[in-house]
Amino acid sequence: MVDNKVNSILFAGVGGQGILRASDIICEAIMEAGMDVKKSEVHGMAQRGGCVTSHVRYGKKVYSPLAETGAIQTLVSFEKMEALRYLKFLRKDAAIIVNTEEIYPPAVNMGDAPYPIDVIAFLKEHYSKVIHFNAGELAQKAGNIKTANVVLLGAVSNMMSIDQSVWENVIKKSFPEKLVKINLAAFQMGIAA
Amino acid sequence: MKVLMSGNEAIARGAYEAGVRFAAAYPGTPSTEILEEFCKYDGVYAEWSPNEKVAVEVAIGAALAGEKALAVMKHVGVNVAADPIFTVSYTGTNGSLVIVSADDPSLHSSQNEQDNRNYARFAKIPMLEPADAQEAKEYIKLAFEISEKFDTPVFLRSTTRVSHSKAVVTLSEPRKHEDKTGFTYNADKYVMVPINARTQRVEVEKRQQALKHFAETFGENKMEINNLDVGIITAGMPYNYAKEVFPDYSYLKLGMVYPLPEKLIRDFASKVKKIYVIEELDPFLEEQIKAMGIKVIGKEIFPYTNEFDPGIIKNAIEKNTQMPVSPYKETLSPRPPNLCPGCPHRGLFYALGKSKAYVHGDIGCYTLSYMKPLEGLHSCICMGASIGMAHGMSKALKEKGKGKVVGVIGDSTFLHSGITPLLNMAYNNSDALIIILDNSTTAMTGMQEHPGTGYTLMGKEAKKVNLKVLVSALGIENIKVIDPLDLKATRSAIKGELAKDGPSVIIAERPCALFKRANIKAKPALIVNPDKCEGCKACLGLNCPPISWKKGIIKEGSKRKGISYIDETLCNGCGLCEQVCKFGAIS
Repeated sequence: MVDNKVNSILFAGVGGQGILRASDIICEAIMEAGMDVKKSEVHGMAQRGGCVTSHVRYGKKVYSPLAETGAIQTLVSFEKMEALRYLKFLRKDAAIIVNTEEIYPPAVNMGDAPYPIDVIAFLKEHYSKVIHFNAGELAQKAGNIKTANVVLLGAVSNMMSIDQSVWENVIKKSFPEKLVKINLAAFQMGIAA
Repeated sequence: MKVLMSGNEAIARGAYEAGVRFAAAYPGTPSTEILEEFCKYDGVYAEWSPNEKVAVEVAIGAALAGEKALAVMKHVGVNVAADPIFTVSYTGTNGSLVIVSADDPSLHSSQNEQDNRNYARFAKIPMLEPADAQEAKEYIKLAFEISEKFDTPVFLRSTTRVSHSKAVVTLSEPRKHEDKTGFTYNADKYVMVPINARTQRVEVEKRQQALKHFAETFGENKMEINNLDVGIITAGMPYNYAKEVFPDYSYLKLGMVYPLPEKLIRDFASKVKKIYVIEELDPFLEEQIKAMGIKVIGKEIFPYTNEFDPGIIKNAIEKNTQMPVSPYKETLSPRPPNLCPGCPHRGLFYALGKSKAYVHGDIGCYTLSYMKPLEGLHSCICMGASIGMAHGMSKALKEKGKGKVVGVIGDSTFLHSGITPLLNMAYNNSDALIIILDNSTTAMTGMQEHPGTGYTLMGKEAKKVNLKVLVSALGIENIKVIDPLDLKATRSAIKGELAKDGPSVIIAERPCALFKRANIKAKPALIVNPDKCEGCKACLGLNCPPISWKKGIIKEGSKRKGISYIDETLCNGCGLCEQVCKFGAIS
């Protein structure tokens, strides 16, 4: 494999789900753990209800902020059907973390198109490592539904060799003091999910 | 200290570290964050100018006073600013002047994909191109050094992928700002009448030769000699993509993409057996290198369009036509961008879409309303174009066009480049109707201030232009101010103004729904009464994100096949759907 030394994570979801914030936090943690990191994202028009993606790449030395199509090791999908949109970017042995919450695209809302069924079963049929949970529910348990993105971060952290203390430090730095406790709880929810 | 920074944050930081304290810009994706970051540093002056041409002229003025001046814009902004840019290349800069052009390969947020490296050659201005955030920070400093040394404006070209990617950046100690400002009188050099311009024209060629010489030893034109079978000549972000997939080949990475170091390129070419030139968009390097008589492989295998990624480069070189495929074969419903819930544009374009007028659009969020189901506009070329185009179409159609030609333009866009074409409409007695969509901010790029908002980039209170008075001063007599969320008034204003002879302007006033300073108190979410809903889908025609269709909820004695439903977590209670419903089912 070409990029055996560089790891690639693809974050995907819908505008407003806190995807860019989550990918920022993960980059800070990687940097604090002493590795090189680059990330890439789409701004602008995509914010308005559109698809949002962010590539995060890390290792000893990273050149490209974009991964080669077909070379991504981890997909973190903040919405259920969005996971299906990016499968061609993944390695065959990729791990997939999916938030099972559904956000309907306009055509589904209008009754003109169906929302895909059996998404999780399909993913499990084609990929050996699929982790799925309702991040919104777990965030609610942690104390605030808006921390769903940090719940998902907790789940990704299980696949990375970064010390717990680094994550805690970065989360503390990333939020105003009154929100730190809830976000740390959300992160733990994700680790346990 | 190491920090994670986007390319744009790094450009701002680099300018500050270089001792730059003066910058002007007009917002535009992917360049906007540069000034938003720069203005936060101590002791700087930074402004949003009304357009890119003004921004460059402001920066030229500061440079002539001895300052280090920065002007920032997106790629198409350079078109607007081209006039002063081409001639400041002749006069030189006295102080120093760097123009950042943020290009947008793949048109993530633009109307075209122009390759602004061509401007460097066209205007005879040197251009640097960084490949990531660290380089962006260093190159902006080098750009100012080159400007100062050669008395020339310098371009720094970024692309969306450099501007909006984050990387680890090592910060340096900022240089102290030395005040070198003052008056330097030198009319022969700064008054570009033909006799002086002819002299300066010769100076430009001398400078070109000096810069070519400089490029040969410029530290950021770097050779990396490795495997000699293949050599890659590249610049900017494509360098990273290539390094990712072909780490063992030899490289000539050009930090300065204009003018080119011919001797260095020849030297590199003599070392390697086969050369690929890897560049996005135009064959800018390739054609110049081929003109040197050097055999290279370029656009015969690499695409002309869109940004690259590591896979595109790998597949082109390895002649691999088998692309990765998704195991999922069904079509996935897309998520096109849409106007926000409560957006004031929705009401106006709902009314315009039904009016059967030909509507010329402009650059802004409202351009999205061309899509189904609103279908509220029918053309869009560039900033400020809607007014001139509406006038031209109306003149060409004569009687056929009477009461049927409209131009729409946002407040920020109107102040950018809509004033002169509106003056023209009054002067040449147009029959078209212009609608200024005044949402009190530059919404599309993320709420930037402009001369109509009452605040500056630095957060100071400012003179706020009165659009009605301005329009009137241009000679427009028919002016109507409406609230675009009042559908009845909007329809009647459009109908009434279209019927009038001569030019008319409607100012549709309502702040952007996301604009925090407007302090819009969201009204309670509306709900659909399932007993009253007849399933006519009229409200769905608004394309409002909270409104969806629930199939199969039938009612005895009615032909309805389902009902509308409003997601109360998304609805901000703007009330448009209530006005559209003929059955009083929404309240």
